[in-house]
Amino acid sequence: MKIRTKTDLEKIKERGIEILYPKGIKISVGMATCGISTGAQKVYETIQNEVEKSRLPIIINQTGCIGFCQREPVVDILEPGKPRVFYQEVTPEKAMRLVHEWIENRVIKDWLFFKMEDEEWIVDNKFWNYSIKQLPKGLDGAYIYRQIPFYNKQLKIALRNCGFINPDHIEEYIARGGYFPLYKALHEMKPEDIIEEVKRSGLRGRGGAGFPTGQKWESCRRAKGDIKYVLCNADEGDPGAYMDRSVLEGDPHSVIEGMIIGAYAIGAHEGFIYVRDEYPLAIKKLQTAIHQAEEFGLLGEDILGSGFSFKINLFRGGGAFVCGESTALMASIEGKVGEPRAKHIHTTESGLWDRPSNLNNVETWNNIPVIISRGSEWYSKIGTDKSKGTKVFSIVGKVNNTGLIEVPMGITLREIVYEIGGGIPEGKKFKAVQTGGPSGGCIPESLLDLPVDFDRLTEVGSMMGSGGMIVMDESTCMVDVAKYFMNFLKDESCGKCTSCREGTKRMHEILTEITEGRGKLEYLDLLEELGWVTAEASLCALGGTAPNPVLSTLRYFRDEYKEHIINRRCPAKVCRALLKYRILPEACTMCGRCAKVCPADAISGKRKTKKEEGIPFKIEEEKCIKCGMCFESCKFNAIEVQ
Amino acid sequence: MISFTIDGQMVEGREGQNILEVALDSGFDIPHLCYNENVKPYGACRLCLVEVSRKGRSRLTTSCNYPVLEGIEVFTTTEKVLRARKMVMELLLAMCPGSPLLQRMAKDMGINEVRFKKEDKDCILCGLCARVCDEIVGAHAIQFAFRGDRREMGPPFMEEPKDCIACGACVVVCPVNVIGMKEEGDERTILRWKRTLKMRQCKVCGNYFAPWFQLEKFREKAKLPKDYFDVCFTCRG
Repeated sequence: MKIRTKTDLEKIKERGIEILYPKGIKISVGMATCGISTGAQKVYETIQNEVEKSRLPIIINQTGCIGFCQREPVVDILEPGKPRVFYQEVTPEKAMRLVHEWIENRVIKDWLFFKMEDEEWIVDNKFWNYSIKQLPKGLDGAYIYRQIPFYNKQLKIALRNCGFINPDHIEEYIARGGYFPLYKALHEMKPEDIIEEVKRSGLRGRGGAGFPTGQKWESCRRAKGDIKYVLCNADEGDPGAYMDRSVLEGDPHSVIEGMIIGAYAIGAHEGFIYVRDEYPLAIKKLQTAIHQAEEFGLLGEDILGSGFSFKINLFRGGGAFVCGESTALMASIEGKVGEPRAKHIHTTESGLWDRPSNLNNVETWNNIPVIISRGSEWYSKIGTDKSKGTKVFSIVGKVNNTGLIEVPMGITLREIVYEIGGGIPEGKKFKAVQTGGPSGGCIPESLLDLPVDFDRLTEVGSMMGSGGMIVMDESTCMVDVAKYFMNFLKDESCGKCTSCREGTKRMHEILTEITEGRGKLEYLDLLEELGWVTAEASLCALGGTAPNPVLSTLRYFRDEYKEHIINRRCPAKVCRALLKYRILPEACTMCGRCAKVCPADAISGKRKTKKEEGIPFKIEEEKCIKCGMCFESCKFNAIEVQ
Repeated sequence: MISFTIDGQMVEGREGQNILEVALDSGFDIPHLCYNENVKPYGACRLCLVEVSRKGRSRLTTSCNYPVLEGIEVFTTTEKVLRARKMVMELLLAMCPGSPLLQRMAKDMGINEVRFKKEDKDCILCGLCARVCDEIVGAHAIQFAFRGDRREMGPPFMEEPKDCIACGACVVVCPVNVIGMKEEGDERTILRWKRTLKMRQCKVCGNYFAPWFQLEKFREKAKLPKDYFDVCFTCRG
């Protein structure tokens, strides 16, 4: 059925609410990539089989990721009159039990994640209350969602629906306020009003550069040309970053709705979503969502009876990191080599097929419906002076809680690492946090109280980027980290500009020299000079930001570089070529275990037996390949690493 | 006409021209390798860097693909420009240390030593050969392959290029002169691409003057009569 009037939309909303909050028990399994990779598929099938076999009065459902990826698979149970209960790290065996316990009105406390008494509908500005009348046994004392440190500082705008709706059901998206903002935009607002609203909201591009979204839309609207395009950048390529994937897998309609509103404001009738092919599930969810939107009259001709028409094409990227750059992305869609070109004329004037094109990132598009619904005044109150709203980060690395978080701009790094992230595991010391993906910078402990926004991060030599955040502890070597990212970037540079191709390659080469004990002090200045030229002389943002890992570690961890060069020592004990293994003769029990495991025959000595005296074991440095096998094998802590 | 300044001197360019073109015409010396006025600018070598000041903001940019704009101020020898250009040159020389042209250019810029491990490549990856082959010849026989530091220029799969007409345009345009062409008897070979084609003999002078394949392609494209290339260019007068 095609939705044409507000009444039609409201009818679908009612239907959606019935599906979202059914009369019986509904069990949802988090089935985003993070869930599936930890076994959610099996959990889902187990529950499904059990429901069928035992003819249980249960609806089984799939959702996206609720953010705390580390605790996947997550299963939640919803029943009228009871709190919504979330279980963590569910296995098929656990799933069987907790389903049956629930039917007996009991929960298994040890496996509980948290409970919810209501949920926020941010688009509608209301809370949906579960109207609790009865508590299952064992639930008293369970954490409430908002009490969990991981969640209590978060504000979910972009992730509003992830984990709460079935991404394959458009009705559920509409139930939580979706496509009403589109109705408002098409019927109650002029394109100029929309642009003005987005401008006033202060929304800046979430892909990393932070360009004001409204301003971009305005210049694209003003650009000459009958045919214009809107594009969505879903070529999320930063290692360890998966914000966009989560949104596409858990709430694809939010992006589609944002794009339709943007297209109407700009005057475009065709859009492209450029999504990386390594995201098969996101592609599937998008295909379903686009198909449904077409069926419901939200894409195609005469959308919502407004006369406006718009269609979306899905384009799958071929796996080049650089295709996340706007002009390379457009070249790729055109069927050309994914290589950036000069932007002296902006893509808003001459982009895809030389036509005015407006490219925004997944998260940017996803914010639009909320801005239209709640208004710019509300939105612009969130965040800092020049960075408004929230930002999604994927927090990974040496931190207790890993996953996807959405926080208001201006929150400090300390709050993210220690409160949401729960600090560093195994009592180790924090060393640095890298923000902004592979070409972001490493921020040291002294700057942990820095408020996170676009400009502050740039000031300290890093960047917002798309939102990757990697926490490092004292066992991380910063020279090695810089080398790791340079290795990634030298491979992913398209290779067009001499400065980027050769610059990243040479920085990697010098860092390799340093980590392998052939460093010279003059290399530090050379690295800085190379970094400066790579950034200044290269065409696109890849080259422009590529030196950040090197320059920021040189800025904040120069002593660690010097230690590698002057004393040929790696303080974090990471750079293998610089390590020295030594057997402490006084601690050696002459068991001979180390000599047995040594693959290089570098350990000599004599085993002590009941009959014979032994000789303490010794490592011959010239033969040692520094594999660490002896260290791992020694049960008496008789081997030290320097 | 569009007026702007280069190093304080007023110059004029036409709509559609770029800074480098106007600068060279006006007698300014800006080093460049990947630029050729007959094909579209590409901006790969990064040697033609200049500082452009526009609306109060100044930035380093390549002059070969920067369109001339009214009132911009271009600076070709600022400290920043020279510093960046010098490093780019050093990087190029480290990559192809055997190139006489690069050696000469580097020397002119005051580069006496290369601080990086020397490689033994010869191609500077400027892409001029492929651009000429695409835009002027229309044969599309060669292109870049791979990315990052593995980038290479060559025919598809680095095999003999079936679309190459052995016209030699790439040979002529290569700034570091590493493609090479050889003619022996009735055969012409483009050395770098390992493409050998039989040549046609002139009915008048008897000289072999161009590859059959090339002449046929040209004849088809320009819809010329069958016997058009029976006689060589010289004998035709």
